[in-house]
Amino acid sequence: MRNKIPYLYFQNKEGIRAFLIQPTKGIILLFILLAFLSFNPLHLSENQATAPKINLSAYGFFKGNMAEQKPVDSIIPYALNTPLFSDYAEKLRFLKIPEGKIVSYNPIEVLEFPVGTTIIKTFYYPNDFRDLSKGRRLMETRLLIHEESGWKALEYVWNDEQTEAVLEVAGDTKEVSYVYSDGKKRTQQYSMPNLNQCKGCHNRSEVMTPIGPSARQLNGDFAYENGTENQLIHLQKLGLLKDMPDLKDCPKLAVWNKPETGTLEERSRAWLDINCAHCHNPKGPAMTSGLNLSIHESNPTTLGFNKTPVAAGRGSGNRDYDIVRGNPDKSILIYRMESTDPGIMMPEVGRKTTHNEGVALVREWIRSLK
Amino acid sequence: MKKIFAFAVLMLSLQIGFSQQSIQKKIQTQLIMAENGSVVNLDEGTFTFTNSLSMEDKKNIIIRGKGMNKTILSFKGQTEGAEGLRVSNGENITIENMTLQDSKGDLIKTMNVKGITFTNVKVEWTGTPSEKNGGYGLYPVQCQDVMIDNCVAIGASDAGIYVGQSKNIEVKNSKAYHNVAGIEIENSVYASVHDCEAYENTGGVLVFDLPDLVQKKGGFCKVYNNYIHDNNFLNFAPKGNIVASVSDGTGILLLAASNIEIFQNRIINNKTIGTGIISYYMTERPVTDTAYYPYPTAINIHDNEYQREHIRPTSKGRMGLMFRLKLKFGKDVPHIIYDGIIDPKTLDAQGNMLADKKICLKNNKNQSFVNLDASHGFKGISRDISKHDCTLEPIKLVGNEK
Repeated sequence: MRNKIPYLYFQNKEGIRAFLIQPTKGIILLFILLAFLSFNPLHLSENQATAPKINLSAYGFFKGNMAEQKPVDSIIPYALNTPLFSDYAEKLRFLKIPEGKIVSYNPIEVLEFPVGTTIIKTFYYPNDFRDLSKGRRLMETRLLIHEESGWKALEYVWNDEQTEAVLEVAGDTKEVSYVYSDGKKRTQQYSMPNLNQCKGCHNRSEVMTPIGPSARQLNGDFAYENGTENQLIHLQKLGLLKDMPDLKDCPKLAVWNKPETGTLEERSRAWLDINCAHCHNPKGPAMTSGLNLSIHESNPTTLGFNKTPVAAGRGSGNRDYDIVRGNPDKSILIYRMESTDPGIMMPEVGRKTTHNEGVALVREWIRSLK
Repeated sequence: MKKIFAFAVLMLSLQIGFSQQSIQKKIQTQLIMAENGSVVNLDEGTFTFTNSLSMEDKKNIIIRGKGMNKTILSFKGQTEGAEGLRVSNGENITIENMTLQDSKGDLIKTMNVKGITFTNVKVEWTGTPSEKNGGYGLYPVQCQDVMIDNCVAIGASDAGIYVGQSKNIEVKNSKAYHNVAGIEIENSVYASVHDCEAYENTGGVLVFDLPDLVQKKGGFCKVYNNYIHDNNFLNFAPKGNIVASVSDGTGILLLAASNIEIFQNRIINNKTIGTGIISYYMTERPVTDTAYYPYPTAINIHDNEYQREHIRPTSKGRMGLMFRLKLKFGKDVPHIIYDGIIDPKTLDAQGNMLADKKICLKNNKNQSFVNLDASHGFKGISRDISKHDCTLEPIKLVGNEK
């Protein structure tokens, strides 16, 4: 899996001799190599059976023009009730369950997906959030592949022509422009993770783990090609989900921006659960802070109420407690959600803008508390 | 021939022109692709980064620069990531011979690493110390077998060298200055801090046990052969952080810590508290964690040398208020300050502290003492040291036989 390019010239004695005998030619070649190395993203060799594919198209997830993101028949699209905020990017999600295998239901954690499962997520920006017919720009497609040895994350970055997405180990940053729902044009940097950063969030006790597709997140309707249906029922009908109780007994997460789906508290907790609790849970990377924002947490101090910060540094913003009931402006939680300074903001990665609507929701909740 | 060299020079200058972005990518790629057991070599020079660097899930790796102040990784223009370098979930990782500067958050954070060594590493925020500086310089947390040797930490708005929720720790031959806390050991067990110099911080060396954390109980720490002096720097920590309540002029502070031995240190010219021994109640913060033990117990302070100039202590913060309104010592400030808040369960029938829980102060050069009697509203302030004339068994660093 190593990049062999820099060693090409020196891989045998002849090469070295040629370099020694014809130093000028050698120098030119060396500089060409250096330049090549600097400009070119690192591509992995494809000669190993288990090696990741360089091009997304090679997996055959999609039919026709790949940019349309129409999955082949065996791949199931899905959505989450309350998704992670990703700098206003929209997401398309798909599940590929290996033939003959089945997913096990879990009432609390992410569903148990069989080895061979691939979870596919494409991030894009509509050119105009008010009028989706004006097209969109696909940014990246992330894969979580469940292998015998565990989950593996891969990152594919879409080209500007929107014809292919190419494997990128070290991540990338691009500028995007779009018209938001308020009619204003926005231009921002959009950053795509390096492979280490994937595990920054997809981490339970240092094991790579999916975050989104839990029963509570999937318990909602999806507009499939053949009509709208509850996603858990859909999986069950396809014979892909076992041990599922009656739908009425399945947990259901509120949709953060739909008041008819839950109380202010339920929607805020849903937002915090998906935006914070992947790290802020007792098995996540932010366990060191003692703050747990998971939907399952019930200890008020652990949830942040009158909890003093630990190792927050500048993140405390001169405030004393994570959450002060009734006072969002004294709550460190809000300070860090609002900031875009990398030394202060939360989550630490994956955003360069503030989720104003999410902040407004959590503010309103904290203000309502007595 | 000349043309070819001109071409080469042109290529080289092109190379430098777009190099910083590509160096970031190159080093990050190296850290991702490094095979277990390999060395990641970093060149001499100053390299700037806009993103954090990170390494995950590796064993037996050395990240090696060309020397402190020779290989410089600067995060001054950082736009992404909360730390300079982050290492998670590893075994036997060594970081050596380099300088890291000016990250937005912490400079080097290592988490869940068994065997983490920092040698000849300087971590610094350049310029005037400011609350805008990141929190921690060297920051191993939830690690085991931590070695910090010959390192330098400057300008942290929390702690220059901070070891948190870890086990088996040695910090030696290192320097920390112009930080809020020079060296801090928090909720950690079996730590030794020796042959270090902590100076011109707000507080020199802190050993703290805090509530609401995953690793609850620290202790069994030795602090010896250190030179802890002139820690009179005004506190510049953002409020809310525990170190924001440390007084300027603090040499060593033990907060709710147990089984601590402090000996053969030179504790010089720390104007407010040469050595403080306090319970968590002194922070005036709420305690809801039922598993938390807020009292300092089994503290053994012996054979240190104390000196201070005949000047007033701090006038800042709660401590300044206390000195002005309650203690009224003027310039005659005792070296060792004990809050006197005692866990009733550690008292025998006569009201004396159980022998193995005592606060022992013995054979310190120029030793002077006050018990603040804080649990009775400072009514029984006493400078009588006789109750503390005792010794405890030397601390054994179990599992850290070095």
